[in-house]
Amino acid sequence: MRIQVENISVSIQGKPILQDISLDVASGQSLALIGPNGSGKSTLLRVMAGHIRADRGQVMIGRERLTDLSPRNLAQRLGFVSQEASTTDAIAVEDAVKLGRTPWLSLLSPFGRQDRRIVETAMAEMAISTYRNKQFNTLSGGEKQRVHIARVLAQTPQIFLLDEPTNHLDIRHQIAIIDWVIRHKSTVAMAVHDLNHAFACDRVAVLHGGKLVAFGEPDEVLVPEVIERVFQVAVHPNFAEQLNRPVLAFSKSAATP
Amino acid sequence: MNRMTFGGLTPAVSLVGAMAILLAAVSSALVIGETVIPLSTIWNVLKLEFGYSAPQVNPIDQGILWSYRLPRAILAMACGASLALSGVVLQALLRNPLSDPYILGLSAGASTGAVSVAILGFGAGVLSLSGGAFIGALLAFGFVAWLARMARGEGASSTSSLALLLAGVAGAQLFHALTALIIAKSADANQARAIIFWMMGNLSGSRWPDVYLAVPVAALGLGIIFSHFRALDAMTFGREAAQSMGIRTGAVMAVLIGTTALLTAIMVSLSGAIGFVGLVIPHAVRFLVGVRHVLLIPAAALAGGVFLIMADIVSRVLIPGQTLPIGVVTALVGAPAFAVILVRSSRAHSG
Repeated sequence: MRIQVENISVSIQGKPILQDISLDVASGQSLALIGPNGSGKSTLLRVMAGHIRADRGQVMIGRERLTDLSPRNLAQRLGFVSQEASTTDAIAVEDAVKLGRTPWLSLLSPFGRQDRRIVETAMAEMAISTYRNKQFNTLSGGEKQRVHIARVLAQTPQIFLLDEPTNHLDIRHQIAIIDWVIRHKSTVAMAVHDLNHAFACDRVAVLHGGKLVAFGEPDEVLVPEVIERVFQVAVHPNFAEQLNRPVLAFSKSAATP
Repeated sequence: MNRMTFGGLTPAVSLVGAMAILLAAVSSALVIGETVIPLSTIWNVLKLEFGYSAPQVNPIDQGILWSYRLPRAILAMACGASLALSGVVLQALLRNPLSDPYILGLSAGASTGAVSVAILGFGAGVLSLSGGAFIGALLAFGFVAWLARMARGEGASSTSSLALLLAGVAGAQLFHALTALIIAKSADANQARAIIFWMMGNLSGSRWPDVYLAVPVAALGLGIIFSHFRALDAMTFGREAAQSMGIRTGAVMAVLIGTTALLTAIMVSLSGAIGFVGLVIPHAVRFLVGVRHVLLIPAAALAGGVFLIMADIVSRVLIPGQTLPIGVVTALVGAPAFAVILVRSSRAHSG
């Protein structure tokens, strides 16, 4: 399912946060959103998830306008893994993943065999089946993040939005998540800080001060001219034979004191 | 969860078990008191009152049972269930383990509303007293929520316990002061004494008309809250996560907080501000049946009802010849439990 962002502008308390953003992610493709802190990545993801209403412009989910979908219908099509999700409750991993079925259940259609199968598949895909009975709050950061993704997988959306899914994770878990994004056949848009992770995606969008300053394939966008201007650092690309792509190293920009 | 089990028991077995526990609690409340009335007498009184033939019983016993102890036990059950349900809802929606209608000032607001009606005379009769309590509870919640938001500031964690608790303290103090002001300015000495006794939480005056109001309200509250069990579950990881699972969080919060205010207001108008039930019971029940609301909601209603019946019995027998306000008993149990929950939750946050 395709997701399109058309001329989105958002102001919060009179301050422009996003200005006239247009981009789209084709069905089954992945998009990396990059940009400095405060550039509007999280806000854009929240607009795409329907949590923040745009002042101007619209978001299309497949062929439907996001604002025409009920929260339930939207949740059946689109899943969002935010950075904010946390809990003080003593909830077991399996029960946390089961919550993902919420948009498909009602008082009259309780949790059934198919829901169970979907939850099992989601836990298996995130390799958390073995500690299904553990308490969520006893898990490490990487394990928690996998539970959140499994929960959204159990939602069976066709579009995934991930807000910095690799934050606070060690390198092994970062790679595991990025690898999952590439392999998964759904449409994915994710905000990332590590620019080298952005190479794995089909498209890269660069936000700077609420404006879209570059949007295209990684090879076109992740070039020193763009990154040096946006992030105010010096970029040193090296070609990694095994990865068949450049790997970026950074140092302090000569231009900024 | 495709076959619903209650801690390993089937629904039928757990329903029978719940009824048995409730029956045992109500029976104890009927038997125990200044005079102990045997179960056989109770059985005969019930048969007589419902128009069946039974051996004649002492009319004084019959009066004590039918006019005092039974309505009092039923009212205690409805109050306890309502307060525990309010605690479950507030703890889930505000994502704060220390939330309950007493701590967040709802009970204080309801008291102010009820006293305004009773003393300042905005109408008369039990319904308008409850109406005043309802408006008072909503105002208090609005004030506390607004204050917590101001105190928390922007961008801070939405699970900040401290801001909410302090706002609750401020709200409760403000509404207690308003109540005191109304009493001092307008009530005569007898009224003042009665109100102060009532505000500590008191089931002494329970009569059947109170039961006819409390039981339908408690049942309605249970129904509304239970029908939202999935939304309450979805709030586990916060409001944004619930929203992305298709929950209309704004509408759900409005309905459930309105329900909580209604439950608190009606129960406060009937029995005063009984503290700590809404705080302690949900925690105890979570420990027993887990955090899923499909079990937590009915179990908390049951446990809250049974707890308050038991607390009422204790309040009647602890000091011979004297009845303590039930709020004193619940506070004696609840305040230490509050301390334990506070320590554990702050450890969970820092660890």
